[in-house]
Amino acid sequence: MLSLLQIELYKIYRRPRTYIAFTAITAIVLIFQFAFKSDGQSYMNLMLQNVQDNFELDKSKAINGYFMCYIILNTLLVQVPILVALIAGDAISGEANMGTLRLLVTKPYSRTQLLVVKFFASFIFTILLLVWMAILALFLSLLLFGVDDMLIFRVKGEESQILQITQDDIMWRYFAAFGYATIALTVIASLGILLSVYAENSIGPIVATVCIVLFFTIVSNINVPIIDKNIKPWLFTSYLVGWKGFFYIGVNPEGQPIKGSLENWASIRNSLYILLAHIGVFLGMAVYSFQKKDILS
Amino acid sequence: MKKNKIYLLLIIIALGQSAIAQDIQVIVSNTKAKIERVKDYHADGKMRTNVTFLKLPIAKVSLYFKNPNKFKLKSEKGMSFVPKGSMNINLNSLFTGNDFTIIDAGNEKIDNTIVRVAKLLPNNDNGDLVLTTLYIDPVHFLILKSKTTTKESGTYELVMKYEKYSDYGLPDKILFSFNTKDYKLPKGITFDFDDGTANSSVTKKQKDKKGEVEILFSNYVINKGLSDEIFK
Repeated sequence: MLSLLQIELYKIYRRPRTYIAFTAITAIVLIFQFAFKSDGQSYMNLMLQNVQDNFELDKSKAINGYFMCYIILNTLLVQVPILVALIAGDAISGEANMGTLRLLVTKPYSRTQLLVVKFFASFIFTILLLVWMAILALFLSLLLFGVDDMLIFRVKGEESQILQITQDDIMWRYFAAFGYATIALTVIASLGILLSVYAENSIGPIVATVCIVLFFTIVSNINVPIIDKNIKPWLFTSYLVGWKGFFYIGVNPEGQPIKGSLENWASIRNSLYILLAHIGVFLGMAVYSFQKKDILS
Repeated sequence: MKKNKIYLLLIIIALGQSAIAQDIQVIVSNTKAKIERVKDYHADGKMRTNVTFLKLPIAKVSLYFKNPNKFKLKSEKGMSFVPKGSMNINLNSLFTGNDFTIIDAGNEKIDNTIVRVAKLLPNNDNGDLVLTTLYIDPVHFLILKSKTTTKESGTYELVMKYEKYSDYGLPDKILFSFNTKDYKLPKGITFDFDDGTANSSVTKKQKDKKGEVEILFSNYVINKGLSDEIFK
């Protein structure tokens, strides 16, 4: 099994499209960092709005490495599913397309083992993508923008809020957020693999995965009460942004943040369960479908 | 005879009014003199901000003052949202310039202390300041409360508590109240995670446009000299 996994990882390593994902992330992060280094104050002015009429804030301190990483993740984690789909959507269909699927299933491994190995290869790719993102978005930003307290701008129901998290209470939140993002992106990987089972070329499952993610994301963000109540909870994309829950710090009755706390851990945990259930269902369906797949015609 | 009595009565009323006016002038003057004994100070402080849309930790701050009107409030560690009217925390600023008319507005009671109310009307119409109302403890010459109305920034209110440094007219605790504007980000701009804690109806507290900043002072260092560099 391990040698099979090594082979699958080698295939991903040799595939040029693998590097599209890493290059895209590098480019986006660097552009963000350059833009905020040049004129981050404009963004801060937009977010602070009329708060500046009542308060003075050292905006250069507010645009620090932790804040930068949050802003980058906020944008990138909407796009990264597309990059994960590039690899996962190719897992089985790519073999079919190249005519190597028959050869693959003649190996002394069960189809379930083959598919699970493909899944783990995509999972490792997802982890590497996130590690790369963490290196660039978090650690490089800390190097370029320095360390300070972090501001979170948030719309909660009908009210907008600014949360301040002290610098000694942030790093663990990022580790947790990246952990959550790994599971969230693994849902996309498993969906990509599932769709890949049904196709004979890579384009179909990749485009289908991207379309599903985009469609669900758009519906999740329509912000109309009837959709929020009746449809949003059923879309897995609603839970992809759950990593942000680690930055919604709990506050005491006086409104002061409580160090080391989360506003609603139960909600984050439930979102994780839902995402894990999706992985299970997609993977289960993929295994079932792959078992039944006719590779002779 | 009757005419003389009326004149006498009018003179007595006029003298009485003058005496009261003089009285409030003296109280304000003595209070000002007490505050002006402090040429400079440095103090540590703990600042608690209470604004509906701001969830900020208690900030450790340092406050610096140098006569006549240099004042700085800065955070010791991390970021802090410093209220724009924080200059008013410095009581000397209440008497900026001597060009004002003092009006006696009678007596009031604050925490079982009878205070004299003085309204300071600036004689210069072009400045930002419209009116300052001082609630002064006439026995200890301490300002227990002040309300400042400005053209640009609305009304600020200060409530002071004195303990260890009352001889210098320096408070141990200040509650600074001010008007805030509504803060509303457009939906969708932040791609928020709905963790189920949002309340769809905006409560009265959320609509409350009053902000409060409370500062607890400690470790005053008074009249030991401060460099101008601190205020840059």
